Amino acid sequence: MAIKDFPVEECILQGNAACPGCPATMALRMVFKALGKNTVMVVPACCTAVIESLYPHTSFDIPVMNIAFEAAAAGASGVEAALRMQGKKDTTVLAWAGDGGTYDIGIQALSGALERGTNFIYICYNNQIYSNTGIQRSGATPYAAWTTTTVSGKTEFRKEMGDIIQAHHIPYSAQTCVSYPDDLYRKLKKAKSIKGPKYLEIMAPCPPGWRFSMEKTVEMGRMAVETGAWALYECENDVVTFNGKSKLILEKKIERKSIEEWIKYQGRFSHLFKPKKDTKRIQTLEDHIDQLWERYRKCYL
Amino acid sequence: MTIMIDTGNYIAAKAAVMAKPDVVAAYPITPQTTLVEGIANYVGTGEFKGEYICVESEHSAMSACIGASAAGSRTFTGTSSHGLLLMHEMLHWAALARLPVVMCNINRVIGPGWNIWTDENDSISQRDTGWIQFYCSSNQEIFDTIIQAFRLAEHKNVSLPVMVSYNAFILSHTSMPVEIPKQQVIDDFLGKYEPLWKLDVDNPITFGNIIGPAGYYKVRRAMQDAQENAEKLIPQIAKEWKQKSGYYHGDLLELYKCDDAEYILLAMGAIGAESKVAIDEMQKKGVKIGLARVRTFRPFPKEEIVKLSRQADLIVIDRNISVGSEGALFSEVKAALYDKSDAKVYGFIAGLGGKDVPYYDVEIICKKAIDGKTKGYEWYGLEEA
Ligand SMILES: Cc1ncc(C[n+]2csc(CCOP(=O)(O)OP(=O)(O)O)c2C)c(N)n1
Ligand code: SF4
Repeated sequence: MAIKDFPVEECILQGNAACPGCPATMALRMVFKALGKNTVMVVPACCTAVIESLYPHTSFDIPVMNIAFEAAAAGASGVEAALRMQGKKDTTVLAWAGDGGTYDIGIQALSGALERGTNFIYICYNNQIYSNTGIQRSGATPYAAWTTTTVSGKTEFRKEMGDIIQAHHIPYSAQTCVSYPDDLYRKLKKAKSIKGPKYLEIMAPCPPGWRFSMEKTVEMGRMAVETGAWALYECENDVVTFNGKSKLILEKKIERKSIEEWIKYQGRFSHLFKPKKDTKRIQTLEDHIDQLWERYRKCYL
Repeated sequence: MTIMIDTGNYIAAKAAVMAKPDVVAAYPITPQTTLVEGIANYVGTGEFKGEYICVESEHSAMSACIGASAAGSRTFTGTSSHGLLLMHEMLHWAALARLPVVMCNINRVIGPGWNIWTDENDSISQRDTGWIQFYCSSNQEIFDTIIQAFRLAEHKNVSLPVMVSYNAFILSHTSMPVEIPKQQVIDDFLGKYEPLWKLDVDNPITFGNIIGPAGYYKVRRAMQDAQENAEKLIPQIAKEWKQKSGYYHGDLLELYKCDDAEYILLAMGAIGAESKVAIDEMQKKGVKIGLARVRTFRPFPKEEIVKLSRQADLIVIDRNISVGSEGALFSEVKAALYDKSDAKVYGFIAGLGGKDVPYYDVEIICKKAIDGKTKGYEWYGLEEA
């Protein structure tokens, strides 16, 4: 669907507390347009808990329950069970968490909820860091990226959360990116139409966290996809389909751009360029992405 | 009314199911396991019509109860020891969110080393979470307290979660006859749960977002007020239950043979029950001693204890230790008396790690206190192998 045809209704109210250029807020606008107002949202500790604004105000026009950092999926399980018992079977239960609350501290509760077949949508907005607490590394932080806890660059590669999710064999999971509203909207609509656990992950470039200027959020997301650092795909009943540019990269119809095209705009990688170019680490990043796509091709072509 | 002869856990399962929660979320741990199995059996027989979420941890059990309760449903769970400790953050969360979750905790020792017997350090170490805490001393009391707990938790002037604790094995795995009232009696007593707030798409509100110091300060005060309201409601609810079911186990305290007593023993849980035998024995020997079994640790029955201290010196047995200080009940009793009473208070630690505390040990403890042979507080029975 073209953006101009998205519902005009907004669930994100004016005057929220997000940074300018915040990918979480952009994504949430589209998420709510796709899910509509018959939605209950569960939010663990993350930037969104701040974006909500200060009590007694709120920036969301749907019911929201905040819960502890590691507990989003379990809290949502309880909400879902209760609403079902009350006969409110058409209400969408949404858990909305950051990558820290998903890849790291919340992975147990998430895995449990997926395994139990909980009828909900879990969305991880992946800004590849703990933003709320001031830019610390997470399991989603890419190799070589600076964070306040990886001051010379992260020495490990990021976790492949998509594989972990797929190992649960849930009816629907997908990776999307805030820079592709049509892809995001379509995937959410699809998730909403399916019963059982649904998992979506939204690539969410964060200006203060990645150290780029705030008007470049959409561009940073696009470049993540075009360089192959992030893939758009969906997995329906164990069948994986790549989407958009990622499909073209998978099928080798276009070549992915060099990772430098993405990282050179981000201050978190500036130590790879200054004072001297760190070709070794840039190459390691590049090789890692090549390996990822080779594996994708082996599995999904 | 029917008589059910069963263990504390199966009796608790029966009570929980008869309270008709919409959602139960639980995770097994010895010695609570037969409680969750009991509920699972009622799912099988169709007697439990709610949703039973088999979560992957106690942390998620409490989180799911929080979600379900916030969505406006009656919720129940049960745990023990390490399970309770894993819930710790969510215990605070449930209480601060003012959600009337009811939970059984089977008092079990904390490891290392692994030990499945009873002491009360698990629940005592959760005392500042805001939960109302009951301690039971018989299976009948477990049944009756669970029913009353829902009524109390869901009362609009309370709206706090309630923990019903009872001792591992001594109660959880010991069969006793229990009178089970008709379902209709319980339905009438509890009524329908009307939440003060809930997640509602027709009235979209954000719960638990960022709150400034002044607002938060009021939240804490409101919790304290709610506990104080509970202090007044517990006796009323207990009396009302007595009218409906015939059973009364005391309210904040259960007083046993306290008339004319010059010494009053305070203890909780199973030691409280065992102490009744000790009191009988000592009274036979002419000792003027009675028992005040502490049923609620939160709210703490300050006024009642002060009243007792006007008549008698107090002897306190703790099956817990606040390491670096002393037994928790001993501390609380002394704090309650401060500036209000000159009564002497003697403290004893006993039965940690599940060490048995039979009535004759309780007698020895009391005799030591009465003979003035104790200083500060004492560890009883430490020297035995
Ligand atoms: C148990 C617990 N540990 C630590 C924290 C502190 N904390 C709050 S939010 C957060 C990071 C959140 O990161 P992420 O999930 O990636 O979301 P983001 O902030 O990036 O939106 C941390 C560490 C907490 N609230 N609870
Ligand atoms: S730190 Fe990043 S994710 Fe968080 S509010 Fe700011 S822009 Fe959004």
